[in-house]
Parts: sequence; C-alpha cells; structure tokens
Amino acid sequence: MVSAMRAPEPVAERVSDPAKLERVFELRGLSAWYGAAQALRNITFDIPKNRVTAIIGPSGCGKSTLIRCLDRMNDLIPGFRAEGHVTYHDEDIYGPAADPVLLRRHIGMVFQKPNPFPKSVFDNVAFGPRINGYTGNMHEVVEGSLRRAVLWDEVKDKLGASGLALSGGQQQRLCIARALAVEPDVLLMDEPCSALDPIATYRIEELITDLARDYSIVIVTHNMQQASRVSDLTAFLLAGEERTGELVEFGPTRDLFTRPADERTEAYITGRFG
Amino acid sequence: MTTTSAQASLGGARRPPRPARSLARRRATERVVNTVLLAAAAVSVLTTFGIVLVLVFETFEFFRVVPFFDFVLGTEWAPLFEPKHFGVLPLVGGTLLVAGIAGLIAMPLGLVIAIYLAEYAGVRTRSIVKPFLEVLAGIPTVVFGYFALTFVTPNLLQPLIPGTDVFNAAAAGIVVGLMVLPLVATISEDAMAAVPRSLREGAFALGATDLEVAVRVVVPAALSGIAASFILAISRAIGETMAVAIAAGSTPVLTLDPTRSIQTMTGYIAQVSLGDTPQQSLEFRTIFAVGMTLFVMTLALNVVSQLFVRRFRNVYQ
Repeated sequence: MVSAMRAPEPVAERVSDPAKLERVFELRGLSAWYGAAQALRNITFDIPKNRVTAIIGPSGCGKSTLIRCLDRMNDLIPGFRAEGHVTYHDEDIYGPAADPVLLRRHIGMVFQKPNPFPKSVFDNVAFGPRINGYTGNMHEVVEGSLRRAVLWDEVKDKLGASGLALSGGQQQRLCIARALAVEPDVLLMDEPCSALDPIATYRIEELITDLARDYSIVIVTHNMQQASRVSDLTAFLLAGEERTGELVEFGPTRDLFTRPADERTEAYITGRFG
Repeated sequence: MTTTSAQASLGGARRPPRPARSLARRRATERVVNTVLLAAAAVSVLTTFGIVLVLVFETFEFFRVVPFFDFVLGTEWAPLFEPKHFGVLPLVGGTLLVAGIAGLIAMPLGLVIAIYLAEYAGVRTRSIVKPFLEVLAGIPTVVFGYFALTFVTPNLLQPLIPGTDVFNAAAAGIVVGLMVLPLVATISEDAMAAVPRSLREGAFALGATDLEVAVRVVVPAALSGIAASFILAISRAIGETMAVAIAAGSTPVLTLDPTRSIQTMTGYIAQVSLGDTPQQSLEFRTIFAVGMTLFVMTLALNVVSQLFVRRFRNVYQ
C-alpha cells in the first residue's frame, strides 16, 4: 500500500505516534560490551516498519554499535557481548535458537565506506542471490536491483567491469543494490554518506527516501541535517565520560528537532556540543 | 675526549656550535662510507653476474660438442657411459614429476591451512599452529631425505603399492611437498590477512556463512598472493636437491610412474659434482648445461609469478 504512493508523504502525516506503527525491531534494555568496556546501556525503543529511523549522536556514543546489534554484526568482533533483548518480528535475535546467518539474509546492511567485492559489477550484485541458492533469472535480479539503487543507467554497459572501478558514490549505490538483491525487509545504513561528496550524498539521500516506501530503514548519521532530511523517527544517543551510550530521546524526527523534550537533545541539535 | 665534548655542548647553548671537523674531512668521510656501502651492494650483483657468466660459458662449450636439439629433445640421458647420450628430458621429467607431486601435496594442504589460520582459528590456536609451521620450515632438507627413504617409502608407499622401488619419485615428492608446505601456508595466509575486514563484513551482511566468506570473497581477493605462493613453492621444489638426491634415486628414465626410481636435474648435478668426473671434460660440463636448464626454468617461473601478482593485484582504497 505504501509503495503505491509515489510521492513521499509529509513526515508529520506519516508519523504522529510511533507507538501506533507496526514494528520491525523491539529493543528492550539492550546493553553491549567490548571486553570490559561498556558501549551501550539499557537501550529501549521500537523501530517501525516501512519508515526511516535515524540514530544520531556525537562520535563515540555507540550509534554504530547499536545498529550493528540489529543484524548481529558485532558477533564478528572478539570480546563483544550483549545483554537485554532485541526482537525482530517478535523473535529474540540474541536468543538461543537465533541464527545470525539466517537473520542477515533478511536484513541488508550498507557500511560507512563503500566495500564492493573485487569482482565485476554483475557478480557483486549476484553474490547474495547466489549464496542463497537462487536459481531463477539472475540477470533480471541484477538489473532490478541496480535500477532500484538508481545505478542501472550508469553501469548497464559495463556490468563486467570491476566494482572497484566505479566512483565512490557509485560504489555505495552498488553496495545498496547488492543488499537489495537478496530482497531484505530491513536496510541498515551505518553512516552511508560519510565517505562521499555532497552530490553523491544527495543522490543517496534521494534513494533512501525512495526506498523507504518498501523497506524499513535504519540509518546512523553524524549529520543532523541528513537525519532531519531523510528520517521519520530519530533516536538521540549520548555517552558520558565512561563512553557508554544511552538513549536520551526517541520520537518523530520533526518533534525531536523542533521541540526536544530533553535539554541535552536541544543542546546537541542547536550545536552547543558534539 | 668526554670533557671536551661536554664543554662544547655547554658552550653550544649560548653561541652556535663550531663544526667539530672541517667540511673537507666530512665530505671525505661521506665518500668513503658511500663507497663501502656500494661495494657491499655490488657483491650480490657481481656474484649473480659471475655465476651466470660461468654457466653461459660452460654451457656454450658444452654445446660446441653436443648439438643443442640432441640435448633439449633427447629422451636418453647417459653422459657417463658408452654409448653416450645427452638427452636432458629424463632429468627434466624427473624434476617435474617430483615437483608435481610436491605441488599436489603442498598447494591444497597449504591453502586449507591458510584458510583455517586466517578465517577460522582463534588467537590461541594460531599461536600454537604457526610456530609448528616454522619448525617444519626449519628442518634440514637432509632430514627430509632420510625421512622419505627410511619412513615414507617402507612404511607408507611399499605396503600401499607393492613393487615400489626403494628409491622412488613419490616419496621424494611427498617430502618435498611437506618441505614447501609452510611456504604456501604462510604466504597465502599473509595474503588473506591483508584482505580488508570490510569485505568480510560485506559478505557476512548478505547472510554468507564462514565458509562462503572464505571461499567466495577472501580467497578470490587474495588470489594474487596465493598464486605467488604456489609458484614460489613449485620453484623451490624444482630447485630442491638434498631430499631428492637421497630419496628419488639416480636412474634417469623418462617416466610418469611415481613408484619408480628416477633422477632429477639437481640430483644429477649433485651426483657428478661430488664424484670423480675430471673437470674440463665434456662429462663434467654436462652439469653446467643441466644447471643452465634449471636456472632458465626457475627464472621463468619467477617471471610468471611476478606477472601473476601484477595481473591479479586488487587495489583497495
């Protein structure tokens, strides 16, 4: 239904009360540690379906740790430990029966620095479907994903060229296409524009707004303007002296930016620190 | 001496220090140092030139008597007995047979070890396995030779394949493979460790398993290093002397049967240079011709490995 509407609705109409929205993730008292250092404390909020949720906050506040908890990418870091509950469609992803490999097949992720594989453009996009055992028309999947990532017109004549030969912005859109090719229902983006120039950033932001019709998107950004431009909901994280991130405020982006409930949020968005 | 320099440094705090020595002396010292360093560097270059010159000269003398194509295409090698034959192919064949068997052992096993160390093993396992690889690399080759002759052949090969010769290509190939295994494993592992973590994360984020990440992302990304390790290992296997001289035999026959006694190029050179063949004789010159052949082969392999590294090197930002 959402995808049928071509123009994105104004944020205020889309999100009035986050509690009424259908949820993808529920975070309940999530804490995380790298070895002895605690990175997150007692994070509780819900991430809604088919909306863009931004996670903002100053450097070192645990934004990246938080988003990487959602697809268990932190498992790859030795010494990482999480407590509390994160549910994805009502299933505890840190529970004993959870399978991180299966989870990641439903949750796409785009990283800070574009990381295309040293393979052709085609093989980059086809990677996910191939490891998922997809046997249909691969060319269709690749073309469709590249079109969704608004990259098709730029690369259709060089699908055999190395993904590393593209520009930085194109590489990031290739990584988005690669993530879309496995038809995830969530797209996690960890500062996807931090390595890009303003024009490439603008194109990615356009793309995020466009994708939000069909996907639930979580985006970490250090750029408050970006959060206010692309997101429906915003979570503001802050860490104290001991560098343990806590959730200060979560709500509709417009409310958070125009009438923040917490004075620390106000101080941050008006540029008094961070 | 100490007092003067102490006084000088004290004085230097107030006015610019006077140069300890004149400019001319300092320049002379620099020239001497420069010359000494150049001479040290020249030793390696001159040695290489010297060896190649001797090889070329002796090989040239050899080919004044023995026609080039008789040597390169001949299938019978009997330079020390009448009627003499100077066909090098049995020696080349023996070398390639041993190196091939060594490659069949070292390449897959080394790659698997590298994948395990780079992608699966924890810090503690690595810290145990890696030193053992280094110990394996440090075992003298003569020990490997006797290991082949006194263990591999009688305890593994002969029970498994009855009729295996006491000296045979298989045993030599197996121990040479073990000998070059650490080379393949460590160079391949270094190449895999150099693959950026972001690539692995990209693959894991798509729902890849550990195995899929290793086989479909890390190994292809590290292919140039892995290929280089393979070629280096084959190159070392071709040049390996002691183990094959002991275990492979000294019967130059052109055969693909690894259970038979053969002779390699290096084995032949060792045999003749240790024996009582008179120098300056044609028989003695054969070892230079064979040495030249060996040199050309390993040089070609090194060039190929360089090309391979350049062709497949991926540029990560």
